[in-house]
Amino acid sequence: MNAQNGFEGKPAGADGPGLAAAGGTDAAVPGGRAAAGAIRRLASLARWFRFDARAYTMIGALCLIWLFFTLMNERFLSPTNLSNLFLQMSVTAILAIGMTLVIVSGHIDLSVGSIVGLTGGVAAILNVWYDWNTGPVIAAAIGVGVAIGFLQGWIVAYKAVPAFIVTLGGMMLYRGILLGTTGSVTVAPLDPSLKSIGQAYLPYTAGWTLGFAVLIVYTVLVLAKRRARRKHGFQAEPAAVSLLRIAFVGALALGFVFVMNSYKGIPVPFVMVIVLAILFSFISRNTTFGRQVYAIGGNPEAARLSGINIRMKTMFVFVLCNTLAAVAGLVLVARLNAATMSAGSMYELDAIAACVIGGTSLAGGTGTIAGALVGALVMASLDNGMSLMNMESFWQYIVKGAILVLAVYLDIASRNRKKKAG
Amino acid sequence: MTASLEMVGITKRFPGVTALCGVSFAARPGEIHALCGENGAGKSTLMKVLSGLYPFGTYDGEIRINGETKRFFGVRDAENAGIAIIHQELALARNLSVAENLFLGREPSRFGIVDWERMHKESERWLREVGLASLGPDTIAGTLGIGKQQLVEIAKALAKNARILILDEPTAALTEQEVAILLDILRELRRRGVTCVYISHKLNEVMAIADTVTVLRDGRSVGTFPAAGIDENRIISLMVGRELTDRYPRVPANPGETVMRVRRWSVANPDIPGKFAVKDVSFDVRRGEILGIAGLMGAGRTELVMSLFGAWRGAATGELEIGGRPVRIRSPRDAIRHGLALVSEDRKKDGLVLGMDVKANVTLASLRSVSSGYVLDANREIAAGEEAVRSLKIKAGSLETAVGTLSGGNQQKVVLAKWLRTKPAVLFLDEPTRGIDVGAKYEIYTIMNELVRQGVAIVMISSELPELIGMSHRVLVLSQGRIAGEFRAEEATQEAVMAAATRAMQRGEDG
Repeated sequence: MNAQNGFEGKPAGADGPGLAAAGGTDAAVPGGRAAAGAIRRLASLARWFRFDARAYTMIGALCLIWLFFTLMNERFLSPTNLSNLFLQMSVTAILAIGMTLVIVSGHIDLSVGSIVGLTGGVAAILNVWYDWNTGPVIAAAIGVGVAIGFLQGWIVAYKAVPAFIVTLGGMMLYRGILLGTTGSVTVAPLDPSLKSIGQAYLPYTAGWTLGFAVLIVYTVLVLAKRRARRKHGFQAEPAAVSLLRIAFVGALALGFVFVMNSYKGIPVPFVMVIVLAILFSFISRNTTFGRQVYAIGGNPEAARLSGINIRMKTMFVFVLCNTLAAVAGLVLVARLNAATMSAGSMYELDAIAACVIGGTSLAGGTGTIAGALVGALVMASLDNGMSLMNMESFWQYIVKGAILVLAVYLDIASRNRKKKAG
Repeated sequence: MTASLEMVGITKRFPGVTALCGVSFAARPGEIHALCGENGAGKSTLMKVLSGLYPFGTYDGEIRINGETKRFFGVRDAENAGIAIIHQELALARNLSVAENLFLGREPSRFGIVDWERMHKESERWLREVGLASLGPDTIAGTLGIGKQQLVEIAKALAKNARILILDEPTAALTEQEVAILLDILRELRRRGVTCVYISHKLNEVMAIADTVTVLRDGRSVGTFPAAGIDENRIISLMVGRELTDRYPRVPANPGETVMRVRRWSVANPDIPGKFAVKDVSFDVRRGEILGIAGLMGAGRTELVMSLFGAWRGAATGELEIGGRPVRIRSPRDAIRHGLALVSEDRKKDGLVLGMDVKANVTLASLRSVSSGYVLDANREIAAGEEAVRSLKIKAGSLETAVGTLSGGNQQKVVLAKWLRTKPAVLFLDEPTRGIDVGAKYEIYTIMNELVRQGVAIVMISSELPELIGMSHRVLVLSQGRIAGEFRAEEATQEAVMAAATRAMQRGEDG
């Protein structure tokens, strides 16, 4: 329908002279007056930053949330609290990374919270009751996640049972298994080396190294992209814009390290978040698998007819998501230094909310890992800020629920506006 | 007589584009007024203005109904003025009965309780009006064929007291018989003084039914003509703004060796156990030829090519040889590996990922060629996209434009580009020019010719017989899933092909 509106609304001749039109705005005004030129230049610079309004909206909203909590309690922006905040968001963020792929492929996974509980329980039991070492414990917990991923993915992809049902069933099933195997008692305390997954901090020098590494890698990527665009006759963004981007990311990375190092250093779980986020961003944007997942979510029939093995890819998406859930389970059990009955319950909803707030569409086909991280940070900030204000916990549910609906409403409203305009 | 409908100096601007520029036309009661123009000429925009989808104030110009100036702030206002639009995509609620559909939103009721009896009685009356007297008002709309659904839509419009009926490509999905029925109904409505605005790419229909033809080009009216004083070629040249000397630029066949051999190919009908959609079909395709497949709706044409491509739901049996070797194709993946490619009937549903950009769509079936291992190479992908844009003359803002925003013809070229990248030996084209404008059609034909010259074998399905006969070197006629005739290009006339396609039908034999 919409596409139809699009092409009927446009005279055939106005389609533009192909690729050369990418630079549009410059040609419009005949040059001459300096002021007009300057405005034009500003406008064409702004164009390079307009690419993802949704992301900027969310980052803006995040800043507002932070500002609000800082005004309420100046401890909110203290290194201690920020360190705590990033620690708290880690589990949700890891789940949201995997969930993004699942939602992009057009499915949903309601079982990740129970997988967090179950894999944490498996790790604690093996470590506490059976005295397994940290290495094998990690392997076993991850193995459980992988196996569950294969099972659920296989039922969804090859047996065509809706993911909502399969994972809803899984959610109850894994929780039940956890209760049964632990006999409903808390399993604690863990071996110190296992505990460190959730509680340790990166040494200061390692933190700085990581910060600079991010800056350097980002710079290299931006330069490579410029080169590629230029080589293929695309208009590359102006050098000033690239510089601004690099400066922004650099300030963010180094500032982050500085703040974290003002306390105890970067929390190890958050290091895992960074590594996983970079890895999965790469997978989603730069691999054939990632491209195929977006195509499957965007139009499964077109993907199938293009020779994509959609069953296999779909199954693999669940394997990845549930493996990440096992990683999150390890982080959580290590942070709590205990496996409890209710560990991870309702986490799937936090993860889904993080994805959606971050711009992933439940219809499939669109969404980014970076957006999911921002979403997870929004959710964690709300939790953290409100408990800092000593608000009762019921408020957290109410506020988070309202924010979720508001975020999606704003997105839909802005998209409708865009549609009307064009 | 005063015009029942006048649109005067309608101008509609979108940011950056003027879609309509001072378009005027008028129609009398009992007139069928055809709007012709290429995609993007502004027909649908004009009709959206008329039907209130673009509210008053978002356009310049005036709408007069029976001489009275009207301002429509929404679809309701237009409906109250007696205007009903029937879109290309049917808008019936498939799970509701015909009667419920006819009165959707205006159910006859007393104190909020639906008066079923009255609803049924009135439904029967309106169904009779459109020649569906035999249809029970209780029938679930989704169980009807497309043709009947179309007629139910018209009945629905009439039930709203529509005096001005807008039909946007009403026959795109109809069979020949259904088209004939529809046109008869429209003639009957004309007799009763209903004004019809008829939008169609099928100029033979336009000539058959229209009293007046208004041609739009690039958002302007080129002129309004009495249908009696104009012919198809003249309309086409007005639409494209130049004389089209040769609508079907077929190149002489230069057939090489046989690339694909199909023997006793049968395909089960997945919806009706025990029935066949295709039965015992055998044929050969040679390098450098275009084999046309003709047949009515439901003759099994799409099922045949989809099953050869490994993409049909029903089970297929028979032998398939490609390049002299027997092959078994279980999925589109297998098919692509063996050098087959399929441009499917419905590009939006099956061909494109509309939210993805041009280059991602172009490379979707050949990701391996733009990646090292599993990692995509952005450079090679851009190069692939540019190559496609250049060689097929795809008009797009940039390679990063979402294909959903392209015109139909450009979307179809993106689908073609995707498949050409797989270097197919046999290319199946299922309705390759459906819903695209004359200029883009011609470009598609040119691309086909170029492929044939390169030695690709093309199997083309088309419901437009002149196109099928004009482009193919051989025509195979399917009827009820069986081969009902084969013609060489010289022998194939519309009459002969149609006769073959309908003959088996009359025997009333099942598949």
